[in-house]
Amino acid sequence: MNQDHAPDTSAVKSSRLVATLAIAGLISGIAIIGIYEVTLPTITINKARELRAAVFKVIPGVTRMQKLVYRSGELVPSAETERDEQPVYAGYDDAGIFVGYAIPGEGPGFQDTIGILYGYRPEQQLVTGMEVLESRETPGLGDKIFKDAEFVGSFRELAIEPEIVAVKRGKKSGPNEIDTITGATISSKAVVRIINETHETWSARLPPPGSEPAMTEPEQER
Amino acid sequence: MAKQQSESYEAFIRGIWRDNPVFVQVLGMCPMLAVTNSAINALAMGTATFFVLVGSSFLVASFKQWIPKQVRISSFIIIIATFVTVADYSLLALVPKVHKELGAFIPLIVANCMILGRQEAFASRNTVRLAVMDAMGTAGGFMFALFSLGAIREILGEGALFGVNLFGASFEPWVIMILPPGGFLTLGLILLFFNWFTVKKNEFIDQVAAAERSGV
Amino acid sequence: MDNLLWIFISALLVNNFVLTYFLGLCPFLGVSNSLETSIRLGLATIFVLLITAVCAWILNTYVLIHAPYLRLITFIVVIASTVQFIEMLIKKLSPALFRAMGIFLPLITTNCAILGLAIFATNRGYDLLQGIVYALGAGIGFTLALVLLAGLREESELSDIPKMIQGIAMNLIIAGILSMAFMGFAGLFSAA
Repeated sequence: MNQDHAPDTSAVKSSRLVATLAIAGLISGIAIIGIYEVTLPTITINKARELRAAVFKVIPGVTRMQKLVYRSGELVPSAETERDEQPVYAGYDDAGIFVGYAIPGEGPGFQDTIGILYGYRPEQQLVTGMEVLESRETPGLGDKIFKDAEFVGSFRELAIEPEIVAVKRGKKSGPNEIDTITGATISSKAVVRIINETHETWSARLPPPGSEPAMTEPEQER
Repeated sequence: MAKQQSESYEAFIRGIWRDNPVFVQVLGMCPMLAVTNSAINALAMGTATFFVLVGSSFLVASFKQWIPKQVRISSFIIIIATFVTVADYSLLALVPKVHKELGAFIPLIVANCMILGRQEAFASRNTVRLAVMDAMGTAGGFMFALFSLGAIREILGEGALFGVNLFGASFEPWVIMILPPGGFLTLGLILLFFNWFTVKKNEFIDQVAAAERSGV
Repeated sequence: MDNLLWIFISALLVNNFVLTYFLGLCPFLGVSNSLETSIRLGLATIFVLLITAVCAWILNTYVLIHAPYLRLITFIVVIASTVQFIEMLIKKLSPALFRAMGIFLPLITTNCAILGLAIFATNRGYDLLQGIVYALGAGIGFTLALVLLAGLREESELSDIPKMIQGIAMNLIIAGILSMAFMGFAGLFSAA
């Protein structure tokens, strides 16, 4: 009779195999849930802080903000967003008076998708600031859309009606025109296009100036 | 006792240079090139991989008697994936900026052939002590390789190291270095250098042997 | 960003999975010595990518909303099982096809491109159709890169190349030049 060279193969019952994997999965699951719970508070705080910083940057003069979603034809404050809902942020000053919106948008840039946040004051129909949230543009060229202080600064007090127009450097004349960055024309134009397109979607949803949702006190939030 | 110590040491040092996972075995390629566009990213990825490799090797070597052969790969993968998830969330909580740069490549540590290879080839067949030393050596070699690549690419591509400008304002950065082609080219040239070094070393050894034979 | 054509062309050319994102390098450098094998591996990969995209979407939509931290482990388990299952299926349905493709399927499991696709599609919030289009573009792009490198390697076999360069070093340098060439596709979709 041949010596069985692999006694394991025949001797191990399939129930043992399943049990091993099940136990491994269970321990693994516990470890993962554990680390998730432990790190969740820190991660949430970091995310919120980053968002606040961006919103305060694009709407100068605000010290408080809240998230709004467009639900059943109305802009309402909401802490949670459903899967397909796009939020906007409303900024308020110390007295709780509405100052402006911070609207996120994204679209294809030169290399990949660009994600931005722009501030908007509905009363004067002015863009108050722009912040690039996500970009994978060419370093040294396209990445100037957030590294070039002049370009970023040109989004303050920018008229948005009828739309923002990107013109060649030095040719800027109207209040709704922006100088493109030399060597990064396509990335600059992409930013402008993203703002225009995002605004087209949102301007129809925003309530008339003066009737923006009021700041809800955190204690009252249900 | 002495033998055990020297065995451990041998297991450790082997992974750093002679059997360096990147330069010699050419494993773990995917994260290599993607995250080495700056020295700090490379170090962060190296640290995460170190944690995953050592942790997994420790567990695999500890539990190897209880893992039946047929499901060993699946078990290894479950263990590795757990450590990677832990590393992912830890990085997100501790250094969110770095985590954003590394992006999807942290979860991709799971697919790093080097880690699974180590479990299969070594950790599942040796003592816990040896397995951990081997893991530390391999991961150390990996970190060394990542850091070299990251440093070279950052110095040439941005004129800086760890964000600190080295050459002053007049330096024209070689931008391609921090872009994907730069990754391929840099690693290719480093491997070329390694090959050249090995060939020259062997030539030298042959020369010495020939000289000895002719009775110098 | 819904434009399906952009997603497809971006994955195929502008942000090619292999040459821009460095995914799928093990087979890229290891298997691309023959044009025929490369095409076969590429097709197998496209197939697995498509299935992965669908499975990832199903998982994300119905299961992982409640437990996002389980994402990685469920993805990898699903990918491994899917590949195993496909292997058994092909073996049963077409032994000839299995003989031709069989050895590549286990390789595909550790292919970072598969897991990478699942993770990227999740991060970008693609729905089912976008995910499928993305997988198609990524798979064809992967095959394209593989075929290009294989073709170049086959050509260079007849050339006199210094021994020192041969092997992985040469493949990486060729890949670097290919990657540079593909950079030319950037800006393909920009408004003039």
